[in-house]
Amino acid sequence: MEPIYLDHAATTPMHPNVIKKMNDTMRDVFGNPSSIHHFGRSARAILDDNRRYLAQTIGADEKELYFTSGGTEADNLALIGVALANQNKGKHIITTEIEHHANLHAAEYLESIGFNVTYLPVDEAGYVNPSDLLNYLCDDTILVSIMLINNEVGAIQPIKDIAKLLNGHQAYLHTDAVQAYGLLNIDVNELGVDLLSVSAHKLNGPKGIGFLYAQKDVKFNALQYGGHQERLKRPGTESLPSIVGLRTAIQQIEDNKYSNFKLYSRYRDLFYQRLKESEIEFMVNGNIDQLAPTILNLSFANTKVESLLMSLDLEGIAASSGSACTAGSIEPSHVLTAMYGADHPNTKNSIRFSFGLANNEDQMIEAAERVIKVVKRLTGN
Amino acid sequence: MNENKNIRVVVGMSGGVDSSVTALLLKQQGYEVIGIFMKNWDDTDDDGFCTATEDYDDVIRVANQLDIPYFAVNFEKQYWDKVFTYFLEEYKAGRTPNPDVMCNKEIKFKAFLDHAMSLGADYVATGHYAQTRVNGDKVELLRGFDQNKDQTYFLNQLSSDVLKKVMFPLGHLDKSDVRRIAREHGLVTANKKDSTGICFIGERDFKSFLSEYLPAQPGRMETMSGEDKGSHDGLMYYTIGQRQGLGIGGSGGPWFVVGKDLDRNVLLVESGDDNIYLKSDQLIAEDVNWINEPESETFDCTAKFRYRQKDSHVKVTILSDRRVRVDFKEKESAITPGQSVVFYSGDVCLGGGTINEIYRDQKQLDYVG
Repeated sequence: MEPIYLDHAATTPMHPNVIKKMNDTMRDVFGNPSSIHHFGRSARAILDDNRRYLAQTIGADEKELYFTSGGTEADNLALIGVALANQNKGKHIITTEIEHHANLHAAEYLESIGFNVTYLPVDEAGYVNPSDLLNYLCDDTILVSIMLINNEVGAIQPIKDIAKLLNGHQAYLHTDAVQAYGLLNIDVNELGVDLLSVSAHKLNGPKGIGFLYAQKDVKFNALQYGGHQERLKRPGTESLPSIVGLRTAIQQIEDNKYSNFKLYSRYRDLFYQRLKESEIEFMVNGNIDQLAPTILNLSFANTKVESLLMSLDLEGIAASSGSACTAGSIEPSHVLTAMYGADHPNTKNSIRFSFGLANNEDQMIEAAERVIKVVKRLTGN
Repeated sequence: MNENKNIRVVVGMSGGVDSSVTALLLKQQGYEVIGIFMKNWDDTDDDGFCTATEDYDDVIRVANQLDIPYFAVNFEKQYWDKVFTYFLEEYKAGRTPNPDVMCNKEIKFKAFLDHAMSLGADYVATGHYAQTRVNGDKVELLRGFDQNKDQTYFLNQLSSDVLKKVMFPLGHLDKSDVRRIAREHGLVTANKKDSTGICFIGERDFKSFLSEYLPAQPGRMETMSGEDKGSHDGLMYYTIGQRQGLGIGGSGGPWFVVGKDLDRNVLLVESGDDNIYLKSDQLIAEDVNWINEPESETFDCTAKFRYRQKDSHVKVTILSDRRVRVDFKEKESAITPGQSVVFYSGDVCLGGGTINEIYRDQKQLDYVG
């Protein structure tokens, strides 16, 4: 039985070009970009070239990019770094109930050291209402952090509208673009954000690399100390092969003019259509016409998420529930809880399918057939 | 061997050596083996440490050594509702419950079994030291080969229909063999210490654990004739026949718990292990389960009144659907309400029930609690 990977929102396979370029870099360029000899200089030249390229993919200046170990670190650096550097201006932060834990747990930490955090609610489709922001925004607010695409249900948040509302206010606007980068063509100026987090492994790049964009006037503290790399904001010898990997991954997408968006849409629609033609009972969490095409979060009535995930895995379907589980504790998804309220059945019977590079059209029908089989068995039909 | 490859067996893996070897043996026999860890209790402390997380890590490591898929499933709610609530109720009533019996009945061989079946399993397997034997269209439960580890006492509430879906691959092995097999195959759990005590309490002090859930009410200790013998910490901390921890000095010892007066919150003690107050010759058990329906209303067999006790000869009389009278061939000592009485015919475990009333010379011993 061919395993079918429908968990691209968790991580993606690396593109062959990414692997090749990373291999070339590992083999050919081992110098430390900070060294002042020939080996260092050639590494530094490649680093700068990649930084420049990556910066222009989001309409930023190369001096506004800070390489990190990935999305989690970028989110932490944005939230904690901004909070610590701006606490003289206020101690209030606004985020949402549906952020990634990299954001939420950083926010909880900030609360523990004396900051006030407001968690904006979302509607049943998973969207933040920009006018809610105005209810909570105050003189003390120093940072607003709202994700661009939600990783569990795929809801694309109205960041532009939020940015407009913040015009003239001291608060910086951060967005976690981990699910969006490489899917939407992002321009930070058009979007109106001051900070933006990116991770490479969601777009067929390597794990362990990402960046934080911070507009040049944004004040934020480093969270670690060491050498002069990343203009002191993120010390540590740069992982050049990983950075080259990130660049190659996004370049692949840019060169194809973001056609992946269309392709993954097609995958999702094939899968969804086949399920709709079957007699199994399910609903989409979110508004399917307004979702990122890579993510489809479905609730299957009268099933349990634990049994669903295990049964799907045994049928060779790799999917996930939005919620992380450790040693058998599957917490109901905080995103679905925010959408529907605590104890709503959808928080405990929903599965996220996410589409991408590892898929092809034939797989979508096959995957849907297997899902139908499992759901029928679990619901006794 | 190859005919087993289409048979899906879900193994309950706890992260201990027994269930690790269970999975190993089934894998060697060619079955399609799936390991599932059950999380029934959350003991996460302030540092975020949780025994279950550590144990599940061991399950993952062993499953990867065996190249089998693994999952974790959460039964905390079922465990709380069906096992822990019963456990507290029994202690509140002054009795000595047997949560392992209830856990097998309600969790391992019900919730877990159902879950495994929903995954398309043909069988579930556990690392219990017990055996099954097909007899016509019935399945019998047999003692484990290692008499010292035999766990049929705790499995007395299972039915033949459940046992049809169950495998006990360690049933024919000695514990020492199990350790040896684990070491020979380099399983990471080969030298892991066996868990002791009740699973949710773990290595902790039983008294302090219980006091978190039930308020302790200290009171007096008295002999059956009313002589004051000092104070006790709370009736729930004591069981019938207990000798340790009474702290009664002076001559005339050793002293034993013989009963509990719940109304007066008095612990009843007497000296000498052959004292008559500990003795009985008959009991009534309730919630009786027969693994296979007995053929007659009255029969002779052997019985255990506590885990790891030697068998005693008894005569069983079925009173009603789930209620039996048990007459002992010889007087027994320290029969305890709340514990299981489990019946055997030779090596076959017939079933069992909960000890509810205790009699001596046709008089009910109401002082036992």
